[in-house]
Amino acid sequence: MPREQFQKGLQDLQDGVLEMGSMVDRQIERALQSLVGRDIPLAEAIVRDDDEVNRTRFHLDNVCLSLLTQQAPMASDLRLIISVLSMVSELERMGDHAEGIGRIVILMQDEPLVKPLVDIPKMATEARRMLKDALDAFVQRDVNSAYAVGQADTVVDDLYDTVYHDLLEIMVRDPSTVESCTHLLWVAHNLERIADRATNIAERVVFTVTGMMPQMDVSRY
Amino acid sequence: MTMTGQSIRDMLGRRMIELRPSVEVRAGSALPENDVVEDPVIRISDLNLWYGKKQALGGVSLSIPRKKVTALIGPSGCGKSTLLRCMNRMNDLIPNVRVQGSVEIEGANIYASTIDPVEVRRVVGMVFQKPNPFPKSIYENVAFGARINGYKGDMDELVEQALRQAALWDEVKDDLKKSGLALSGGQQQRLCIARAIAVNPDVVLMDEPCSALDPIATQRIEDLMRELAERYTIVIVTHNLQQAARVSDRTAFMLAADDLVGRLVEYGATDQLFTNPKDERTEAYITGRFG
Repeated sequence: MPREQFQKGLQDLQDGVLEMGSMVDRQIERALQSLVGRDIPLAEAIVRDDDEVNRTRFHLDNVCLSLLTQQAPMASDLRLIISVLSMVSELERMGDHAEGIGRIVILMQDEPLVKPLVDIPKMATEARRMLKDALDAFVQRDVNSAYAVGQADTVVDDLYDTVYHDLLEIMVRDPSTVESCTHLLWVAHNLERIADRATNIAERVVFTVTGMMPQMDVSRY
Repeated sequence: MTMTGQSIRDMLGRRMIELRPSVEVRAGSALPENDVVEDPVIRISDLNLWYGKKQALGGVSLSIPRKKVTALIGPSGCGKSTLLRCMNRMNDLIPNVRVQGSVEIEGANIYASTIDPVEVRRVVGMVFQKPNPFPKSIYENVAFGARINGYKGDMDELVEQALRQAALWDEVKDDLKKSGLALSGGQQQRLCIARAIAVNPDVVLMDEPCSALDPIATQRIEDLMRELAERYTIVIVTHNLQQAARVSDRTAFMLAADDLVGRLVEYGATDQLFTNPKDERTEAYITGRFG
């Protein structure tokens, strides 16, 4: 097969995106664990490990640059590399949101929860599913699955609505809870943004396959 | 310059008894809908060409836009140079060549029996792969075409203007009597471009003009192509896909199938063709999966 080295480079790049995706997914999962278990050492580890996510992003950026300069890619190969540049940026920011949750957990220390954690874990589950589905769609080059990720964002938005109104109600009822409620609101906001970024990754999947740049503008936030 | 102001239609029309009506690009040609070239200089319709019994081009239809750079790409043997040479009847110089279909320039079929191929080659100049200056001075190389065309204007001015347009003037203005063969390869190629444009053509055909040049000389010719496109219509054959992507406005991809007949596969805006080709054969070629 012609250009074997180049094809191997593209495969390695795709594998790198998947590895980074699973690294970020693990960070989101641990962020929720640290919140639910009020586990400060775990939260500190998440903050520390974000450096590794960032390093991976810059490594993959460099791989893209090398492929662009050394292989002069065209057509679908060019679109793939351009998409990866964007995807790794989204993944890196998702990692920042997970780190943000870790920092909130550290800030909260042993502050009692103002409400049981029901919808926030659901948000995390949905956002992680969207990330996984977006990356699956990327590997399969499946445009329909990519669009489905965009649709799923409404579920996370609805959950965010619920969390927001619940917390608002608690704050109105008892103003002394404002700080604690705000902490949880920040957590929910970080999860909502993670879901938006999964949608952005899905958009890049559509671009990789079709060359079109869709705007899956379904997020209300 | 006294030669300016005459359109190719005027030049060719004098020699024409009858003109074939302009042929619309046929359904099924490579021109996709909504991608029709407005006001083309060259309109090629259902062009077939045989070298003896061997068919080299089959059913090629495409239109070349005015004052743009159009690149012809494709693997060796796909017929891109043959197609280029049809645009100024250079193939006539090869024995046993037979051409069917039409190549219209400004609406005039250059293969009509009434057309003088020498005149066609004046309005459609050509630059070849290997620089081929005449064994004469730089000045005479540029003035040559104008002299045989009976140019009566200021020859010094014509030579300077052509050399300036070819981005060579500053390097040779003090050495115009020096032999063209004493120049570097890149300078020789620019001299050939100056010679081609000195007779005031409408179209300049370039057959792999940089393949014998180093990267710096190549860069200069590529820059020059973009500048020349402000005045002339340029058609370039190149094996260098990056070059096609860099210099051209439109790109045509040709391919010879198992029957070895070269056909047009895809033709469109260069940025579109190189980022999102419509035909999987184009995709396979430009991504290096074959060819």
